Amino acid sequence: MADRNADQLDKLRWIYRKMLEIRLFEEGAIETFRQKLWKGSLHQCIGQEAIAAAMGAVLGPADYLVSSHRGHGHVLAKGVSSRKLMAELFGRLTGVCGGRGGSMHAMDPELHVYPQGLVGSGAYLAAGMGMAIRMRGGREVAVCSFGDGAINAGGCHEGMNIAAVHGAPVVFVCENNAFAVSTRIAAVLPVAHVADRAPAYGMPGLTVDGTDAPSVFDALQGFVDRARRGEGPSLLEATCWRWRGHTVWDASAYRTEEENEEWAAHDPIPRLAAYLAENGALSDRERDAWRTEIVDVVADAVDFAKTSPEPEMSSGDIERFTYVGEAGA
Amino acid sequence: MSTTTMAQAIADAQAEEMERDNRVFVLGEDVGVMGGAFNATEGLFRRFGPQRVVDMPVAEAGILGAAIGAALAGMRPIAEIQYIEFLGYLDPLVNHAAKFHYMSRGRIPLPIVVRLPNGGKLGNAAPHSQYLESWFLHVPGLRVAMPSNPLDAKGLLKTAIRDDNPVVFIEDKLLYPRTGEIPDGDVLVPFGKAAVPHAGSAVTVVAIGWTVTRAVAAARELEKDGISVEVIDPRTLNPLDMGTILESVKKTGRAVVAHQACRTGGVGAELSARIAEEAFDFLDAPVRRVAGLDCPIPYNINQEKLALPDEQSIIRAVREMLA
Repeated sequence: MADRNADQLDKLRWIYRKMLEIRLFEEGAIETFRQKLWKGSLHQCIGQEAIAAAMGAVLGPADYLVSSHRGHGHVLAKGVSSRKLMAELFGRLTGVCGGRGGSMHAMDPELHVYPQGLVGSGAYLAAGMGMAIRMRGGREVAVCSFGDGAINAGGCHEGMNIAAVHGAPVVFVCENNAFAVSTRIAAVLPVAHVADRAPAYGMPGLTVDGTDAPSVFDALQGFVDRARRGEGPSLLEATCWRWRGHTVWDASAYRTEEENEEWAAHDPIPRLAAYLAENGALSDRERDAWRTEIVDVVADAVDFAKTSPEPEMSSGDIERFTYVGEAGA
Repeated sequence: MSTTTMAQAIADAQAEEMERDNRVFVLGEDVGVMGGAFNATEGLFRRFGPQRVVDMPVAEAGILGAAIGAALAGMRPIAEIQYIEFLGYLDPLVNHAAKFHYMSRGRIPLPIVVRLPNGGKLGNAAPHSQYLESWFLHVPGLRVAMPSNPLDAKGLLKTAIRDDNPVVFIEDKLLYPRTGEIPDGDVLVPFGKAAVPHAGSAVTVVAIGWTVTRAVAAARELEKDGISVEVIDPRTLNPLDMGTILESVKKTGRAVVAHQACRTGGVGAELSARIAEEAFDFLDAPVRRVAGLDCPIPYNINQEKLALPDEQSIIRAVREMLA
């Protein structure tokens, strides 16, 4: 591992704190869901926090982040508050989408973060963003995060190909968490790694350990810098393990306890804590203080969501915003 | 004033809006050097270059998805899908374009125009000949425009490009070579305002797209026998100007709705229902639909003619209604 300068260590510290926030947010989301405080879908990203947090550390506010149904981490990493995201899960007016997007679509156009619930549809949106950036002569990049399930969808291929032929500043990041719902990636991918697909688009591809935050950070920074220099798109595969079921309902009987235990040893959060401690960049005291602070942040977010207003229960409000400018057809 | 084909009017509308607003750009298959499969982007590539008139791979979902992504990043794209049925994969339009504004409680506009050459009577066999406009009426969040002549095509398209909603722009292929007079200057046709290309008093015929030209021909023919037909062209199917339609039906007491698309689930079904719901007490006869047969469009050119209605079908419907 390369020697770290102070700026990099700061970013890794930021990543650590963000990972904790994502983890504790997800746990808060599960708890409130089980308490039946809200209804909806809940796809948790526990075990994958390093990837989302690294995106937050590498991207600037004007950069775009398109993500997936498993997108809480990306939304928090791009700067949406826990309050606004939790209220969104609760379907409240104070949510980031006013309670219209829910868990899978907590978009924020000001922070340029666009989670999308349909598998395989992110790539072409990101390709179009990249085309727009090039047309404007902008310096931004678009990062597109998707799961291993998306890599075989036609839309993913179309989007990656379009980005490649237009030299669009897009970094495609496949968070290979080993499962498309219950289907193992090896059963549906005829090559060894998702990143092996990259040469078909004439773009560089790389597979990294997605539970090792410094590796993800370095790889992502490299590809984002490359895109910003105008050298076009790339494909990063970050391998990881989805700790929970596909959704909160899924008991995930399709995997073994041994596998779960093996991956538990790769928990990205203590791994990065140890790395930072070795580099003298995080003390036990600071680490514990952060945790305490974030526990409070999540508790406050839950309180905020619980006490936030519901939208008006009227057809007028339900139909509102179907069209820009007026209500109906 | 100049005489222009509808294809040229559509190209002119795009050129004028690209000149006016540098966020507007065109993307699609063969829209560049070739000027589009139906010449509706003719001249744009020479004038604006490959950065703003972008030839895309044969990847319709990718074209639409990229258009949506570009709109999210501040552009105002016009996507041409070469034939309406190439839009088989509806995810970008239905699941993304139509939803952003609603799902963000008004924070995300989505200014894209999707141009769709529609329909048959060209001997292209079923998968290149369909009339699919009704699909888009069933997706709240999409605006749907369907011009019947060069002037409306230009004016509606310019309005569509300036609209912050996703607009599906349906262009009946048979209209591309038809000519019409277009005044000089900034021609804009508002959405949600029907036209009355033929005034009358005995029967109302509501027709869309190319079928409007057949309804007007039918009205002229029937006029010779003293039958007065009022033809209404909604011009946009969403928003739909029911006011003008109902006003006419209340006057005539009789309504025929006419289009090329197959009868079941067509735009005529919606129009008939709305007329029955909102003007039942004024009707002297049940609403009649003139529409294509409920089967795939046949390849044999003479069978194709029989499968799709023309002015004689409309004349027959009007006469039967008055009999």
